[in-house]
Amino acid sequence: MTPGQRRAMFLIGGAGLVAFVVWGLLGLPGFGHYPGPYGFIINRFALRQTHATGTVSAVNFDYRGFDTVGEEFILFAAAAGVATVLRTLRGERERSPADQAADRDAPPTSGAVRMAALMFTGPLVVMGWWLTSHAQTNPSGGFQGGVVLATAFIMVYLAGEFLVFERFSPVDVTDAVEAVGAGGFAAVGVAALGFGLAYLTNFLPKGQVYGSVSSSGTIALISFFVGMEVAAAFILIVVELLDQTLLIRGGG
Amino acid sequence: MDQLLALVVAVPLLAAAAITGAGPLLGRRRRLLDAVAIAVAAAVAVMLVVIMVRTADGDEVYWFAGFRPFHGAAIGIDFEAGSLSAGLAALAAVLVTAAMTFSWRYFEQVATHYHTLMLTFLAGMVGFCLTGDIFDLFVWFELMGVSAYALTAYRPEEGGPIQGALNFAITNSVGAYLSLSGIALIYGRTGALNMAQIGVYIDRHPPDRLVVVAFVLIISGLLIKSAIVPFHFWLADAHAVAPTPVCVLFSGVMVELGLYGIARVYWSMFGQALGHRAAISHTFVALGVLTAVAGALFCFRERHIKRLLAFSTISHAGMFLTGIGLLTPLGLAGAAVYVIGHGLVKAALFLCTGIVLHRLGSVNETWLHGRGRHLRVTGVVFTLAGLGLADLPPFATFLGKGYVDASSWAHGLPWVLPVFIACTILAGGAVLRVAGGVFYGLGDAPSEDPEMAEMASEETTETVSGRDRTPLTMIIPPAVLVAAAIAFGLITRLGQVAQAAAIRFQDQAGYNATVLAGAHILHPVAAAAAEPTGITVSDVAAGTGSAVGAIALALAALYWRRLPVLRRGYEPGTGLTAAIQRFQSGVVNDYVAWIVLGLACVGGALAFAIT
Amino acid sequence: MTYFPFIVVAWILAVGLYGIVTSRHLVHQIICLIVVQSSTYVLLLGVGYVTGAVAPYYWDITVHTPAVDPVVQALALTDVVVEAAVTALLCSVAIQAHKRFGTLDPQELATMRG
Repeated sequence: MTPGQRRAMFLIGGAGLVAFVVWGLLGLPGFGHYPGPYGFIINRFALRQTHATGTVSAVNFDYRGFDTVGEEFILFAAAAGVATVLRTLRGERERSPADQAADRDAPPTSGAVRMAALMFTGPLVVMGWWLTSHAQTNPSGGFQGGVVLATAFIMVYLAGEFLVFERFSPVDVTDAVEAVGAGGFAAVGVAALGFGLAYLTNFLPKGQVYGSVSSSGTIALISFFVGMEVAAAFILIVVELLDQTLLIRGGG
Repeated sequence: MDQLLALVVAVPLLAAAAITGAGPLLGRRRRLLDAVAIAVAAAVAVMLVVIMVRTADGDEVYWFAGFRPFHGAAIGIDFEAGSLSAGLAALAAVLVTAAMTFSWRYFEQVATHYHTLMLTFLAGMVGFCLTGDIFDLFVWFELMGVSAYALTAYRPEEGGPIQGALNFAITNSVGAYLSLSGIALIYGRTGALNMAQIGVYIDRHPPDRLVVVAFVLIISGLLIKSAIVPFHFWLADAHAVAPTPVCVLFSGVMVELGLYGIARVYWSMFGQALGHRAAISHTFVALGVLTAVAGALFCFRERHIKRLLAFSTISHAGMFLTGIGLLTPLGLAGAAVYVIGHGLVKAALFLCTGIVLHRLGSVNETWLHGRGRHLRVTGVVFTLAGLGLADLPPFATFLGKGYVDASSWAHGLPWVLPVFIACTILAGGAVLRVAGGVFYGLGDAPSEDPEMAEMASEETTETVSGRDRTPLTMIIPPAVLVAAAIAFGLITRLGQVAQAAAIRFQDQAGYNATVLAGAHILHPVAAAAAEPTGITVSDVAAGTGSAVGAIALALAALYWRRLPVLRRGYEPGTGLTAAIQRFQSGVVNDYVAWIVLGLACVGGALAFAIT
Repeated sequence: MTYFPFIVVAWILAVGLYGIVTSRHLVHQIICLIVVQSSTYVLLLGVGYVTGAVAPYYWDITVHTPAVDPVVQALALTDVVVEAAVTALLCSVAIQAHKRFGTLDPQELATMRG
């Protein structure tokens, strides 16, 4: 099909599909009129049942924790997939850009960028850690925390050389951290079986003070594992993608 | 409390994590890695068979994290296992086991990632079959998808896998997001994600536009996954290039899972609310027949064996959709038996193709002509599987296809029977033509299509080819699968059992009571009328006729040019070649445009018919 | 009753699909796929909104305060992770496509591969 034919076909089909979807969307109760009951039940009982003041985390890591297991492993499979697709192939060699153009000096990272990146690294680690460990209390959790933690590592990359970054996060170690994160989550679920409870039941004592870090049982533990998994998966993906810059310049 | 239903997903996921974590330690011990992965897949298969047998007297429900429904409103996620869902999941686990066993000697360089991805793929398929929650269905659908995209691109050093993976991932992701829109839409109305609860809620009112749109959007992702025309274009691109053991899973069970998803969504959520109208049945049957015919025609003109098998899968997916779309117990039971029979023989065919690639280094039918004579055992297994694909009694495919035909005949669609026999003859004939040409050197080599030869010659790096012997780990899995397909067909009460399971699957009131009230439903609440499952002489004649017709067609294709009455140089199917080039362009933009147009048509038809 | 946010959903979906169909660059096409997915975020968060309600965090409010639906927020979070995973995988495949073929135009890729 030529681009023109394709566009014409899409304009016909797309107009039909969008009209159909809008027609259906107008059957919703209007914006701001959420009918319930799911969200209302959770809002009413989550605090009492899970001792978590952060209801979204209670849904993510407790009521619908099983979805989150699947979601963790989607990220896990994607990291494995990226590593598979981008593995070093026969005939490809890593060469640094300096070898490629020996007569040109790569401009060094400017002092300002280096300074700013390093200044961010520490606070980002703290913030990522805080987010990961406060899923049960505030708008936070393992995903958000994990992504922020991964960003801290990327700051190291921005501040210095890629090779330093790679030394900070060797693939074997990151792989292991990722596996412990994803496997740990699945294992917390299995641990509940040992008490004769259903998979992923919140089997730990829930604490007496609502909204404290030690409240809400397995939610904090799961959030911690999720944070590990997400941080490691994102670092792995970024490392794999950055590795390619070396390979491509090496003329793979 | 019985924990099997949780373990069938948790075990492969834990194993996948453990394999990745222990990767550096296992790097030098590949056999251990293989053994662990095979053992896990086999264990999952055994657990699922146990569940399948156990649920023959009533479905089982498992509430994750122990949150049971609260006054009829689900607050957690449930697994709902019946014989059909557990049986399909068991088929997936069996095929993963067979594929992993086959890979034992197949790949030369395998990192831990292959095993990890196969196990997450398995977990995704099992979770997809068993879940009773519509958003959870989307999650497992995506896990299955992401693992499958990565496995398709497993050999990134070649162009085909790259392109196949891109087309596969983009089309299927568009479908997944449309499905998610449908889920959000129905959630905005009902405030529920549990399928039974949604079904109860929307059944309270006559079906309105939101219900119709949500239904079409939710099944759109599943129609794409199950390669129904015109949503099928990605399939041939992806199946032809994925590593052969992965093709086994794609063709043998992943496509069928899309159809299962349509059936699950229909009979647990929308069926009663939409009132089982004739318009729905007609839409599905029309799509199914169109798919069956198009797939069979494209299949016959292929020379690339893996693409040929992929098109045959499209044709069969159309027949399965027709069986489901009849909305009768016998149609669904027939589709279920047919899926199992087809999954087993199609897996065997792909594995035999893998052996040919391993030994002879090509999947190009023209080049291979007569060169597979010394692969005697492989030839026999391939031929038997080809006869199974052509519905020869007593293969399970014969039973399943027979039920679909019988049910369509009894429900006022007598023309389906001859059309499907023609499709079977075309697809089976194509496979038997390959068998006769490659393994027995019959007739003349089919003419060379330069473009196809180029594609087939790319299949070089998947396995180190030109080996002298076929390892036992490669030939035993396909042989066992073919034997299983015959054995299934010989089970005398298979038809009755499958129909009973189908009646329970279609019993939405019983499903609701099982999930929301914790009832143990031994007898369907609103049982549909069962149809006779006995095998009549005319059924046997139809099955045997298909197989004989396929053999005759294969021989005719092989000896075509020796027939004196025909002008020399005339090649059947040349007109099709031009047509296929226009449609199967390989440009993902085209595929998405077709998806949009197809959905607009399906949506428009159902919108006018229902509201 | 207002439907404006839902019309926005349909608009985002339409432009995303248009982008995928007309795209001549894989990276652009992947971003269009993200746009299609973005429509699901707006839809999910839109259907769970309650006029005048607060965020569902009971740190400093009582349980009886009206709050918006937390479930759709959790679903949107899952959706975001799915998007990140699919995007990462597609980008890596696109890199390989560029290495093999030296182009990222889907149409040219198809002619090279047949």
